[in-house]
Amino acid sequence: MKYLDEYRDAGKAREFARQIARVTTKSWAIMEVCGGQTHAIVKFGIDELLPKTITLIHGPGCPVCVTPVEFINKAIAIASRPGTIFCSFGDMLRVPGSATDLLAVKAGGGDVRMVYSPLDAVNLAVQNPDRDVVFFAVGFETTAPATALAAHQAAERGVKNFSMLVTHVLVPPAMESLLAAPGCRVQGFLAAGHVCAVMGCAEYEPIAAQYRVPIVVTGFEPLDILQGVLMCVRQLEQGRAEVENQYARVVRPNGNDHARQLIQRVFQVVPRKWRGLGSIAASGLGLRSQYEAFDAEKKFGLADTETPEPPECLSGLVLQGRLKPAECPAFGKTCIPEHPLGAPMVSSEGACAAYYRYRRHEITTHSTCAP
Amino acid sequence: MSHPPASAPSCPIPIRQYPRVLLAHGGGGKLMQDLLEKIFFSAFGEAPAEGRHDAAVLNVAAGRIAFTTDSYVVRPIIFPGGDIGSMAVHGTVNDLAMSGARPLWLSAAFILEEGLEMETLWRVVCSMRDAAARCGVRIVTGDTKVVDKGKGDGMFINTTGIGVIEHSLSIAPGSVKTGDALLISGDLGRHGMAITSVREGLEFQGQIESDSAPVSDLVQQLLAAGVEIHCLRDLTRGGLASALNEIAQAARQRIVIDEKFVPVREDVHAACELLGLDPLHVACEGRFVAFVPEKDAALALNLMRPHESSARRIGTVEKTDPPLVILKSAIGASRILDMPSGEQLPRIC
Repeated sequence: MKYLDEYRDAGKAREFARQIARVTTKSWAIMEVCGGQTHAIVKFGIDELLPKTITLIHGPGCPVCVTPVEFINKAIAIASRPGTIFCSFGDMLRVPGSATDLLAVKAGGGDVRMVYSPLDAVNLAVQNPDRDVVFFAVGFETTAPATALAAHQAAERGVKNFSMLVTHVLVPPAMESLLAAPGCRVQGFLAAGHVCAVMGCAEYEPIAAQYRVPIVVTGFEPLDILQGVLMCVRQLEQGRAEVENQYARVVRPNGNDHARQLIQRVFQVVPRKWRGLGSIAASGLGLRSQYEAFDAEKKFGLADTETPEPPECLSGLVLQGRLKPAECPAFGKTCIPEHPLGAPMVSSEGACAAYYRYRRHEITTHSTCAP
Repeated sequence: MSHPPASAPSCPIPIRQYPRVLLAHGGGGKLMQDLLEKIFFSAFGEAPAEGRHDAAVLNVAAGRIAFTTDSYVVRPIIFPGGDIGSMAVHGTVNDLAMSGARPLWLSAAFILEEGLEMETLWRVVCSMRDAAARCGVRIVTGDTKVVDKGKGDGMFINTTGIGVIEHSLSIAPGSVKTGDALLISGDLGRHGMAITSVREGLEFQGQIESDSAPVSDLVQQLLAAGVEIHCLRDLTRGGLASALNEIAQAARQRIVIDEKFVPVREDVHAACELLGLDPLHVACEGRFVAFVPEKDAALALNLMRPHESSARRIGTVEKTDPPLVILKSAIGASRILDMPSGEQLPRIC
């Protein structure tokens, strides 16, 4: 397929791998930020092509994985209300809350629907004026413009029965939080290409400078990731710490002005709790006061509660890159995709699910997954 | 099919009289008799001369028969490339064919939702009649129930099939052997993506049509040509990934396939990429895999290709234990090809 097959070429992949091996003289630990990149790395076996001295650390860029259990519980509470149509992206439906998940709410008679776009939820609200339609607005800067557009359209069209449970998060504060943590192993980043397609590259400059880490904005196909690794290793070997753009065919330096303006208009930056990383200042997006009529938390009076993660789930350490999924004692035993203890075993972008789906045979036969 | 069958006259139950199915059509009275006469017997043929009875009586030669059943609950009931009626015939005929049987008879049981348009029912029944004729099977018995509005998705159909086995092979997962070649009868994922695109209202450039089709003729050709078939499996729910995992587990064999040889049409591939779905997990309704000894692989492929030019060899059974399906990725690395956990859920971004 055009624009896809050329980025999955086996010969070119091996050539990139040879170049990476040629320029690598030391051990380096590089974090790919986005869950889509993690998925591609494990699915295509990209890390198998790299020299043993390069470790890929799987970052927290899976929106399903970093949504804290409190929000899942809130979603379940709203979806269980009679007369409500609860709309979500497919990935969120299986994530366990404290007691149940959204698919179980649906099986119990709740009207839970999978949508591909928040605008579908607005249309549902228009078509069902006697029902409350609530959209579960999760994701990074990538999905935020569509959510913002939904709020904007609902306001313009005067749709009173539409609201959103907003848990949007921002990538750069999470990267800073990881770098500032004691014992951080990350020496370079592959930044999330599609986040940068919206936001541009500028906000990564201060991080690269302050923490002396190279940041390479990288795409999602095998050759993108291999080229991103090559660019990152070159910087590390040369002692540079710059922001570079591997994904220039999609990412413009300033991002997408229209999308950013829409986010600005509808959202304000707020503190946000992340699963595994805890509370991070200025790391989320919340609705501005002029859009608060669409805030499902306010509309349904859902109080903030502190819900601890299940102690046997070590996904916090996995999301911080401190633990490989298979090093968790629960991995593949009490935690499998059909009975996940935590979100990273649910989403196909989650590191635990990716290792379980694609690497289980190596892990069970060699008892290790460390590069 | 997206149009009523060319041979279908208009619905024999006058529209002005009963444009929609009523609960009374399942009540055992005159209305039900009317429905049976005018829709079902009119399409599937009359009962034998001895008269209608509670069971069909069939003559079977001594030997093995194959017997299978399946229920069909697709939404929408008419979709690009087929409808629930043709699918209910093809699906059960194909299940019989997977044992190498020659399909002969089907039952057809309908659960109709009150309010279903009579014209839609007629269209589906005509489509079943045409599909059965194409497959060389007869629909010899059936049942009709009507459920309250809101208790069904228009209509559900169950078909049960009987076929005769005229070969002496044991076509089953347990017969798969190390060294077997793994062949696929055509491109993957068209049925699932045809349904998804209409169900979700996705507008792709050009329409993806279901691959719903019978494969029994092809299987009979393979047998007639002397191909020593070890196992056949149609690639319905769960797609190629589920089928191969089930066979690997049952046969205690390791199956290795090469992603670059797996045929997926470009529009299907693009739709899957857009939605975050894996074509290896998407359902087909007219495709199967065949495990045959290396010596017969070329012959089998030559017989498959006139039916579907995309048929090809995609892998090999490499060794026993652990029973896994390994996929060589496009860039040459290896990974597990797993069964999907439940329903495939599209990714967020």
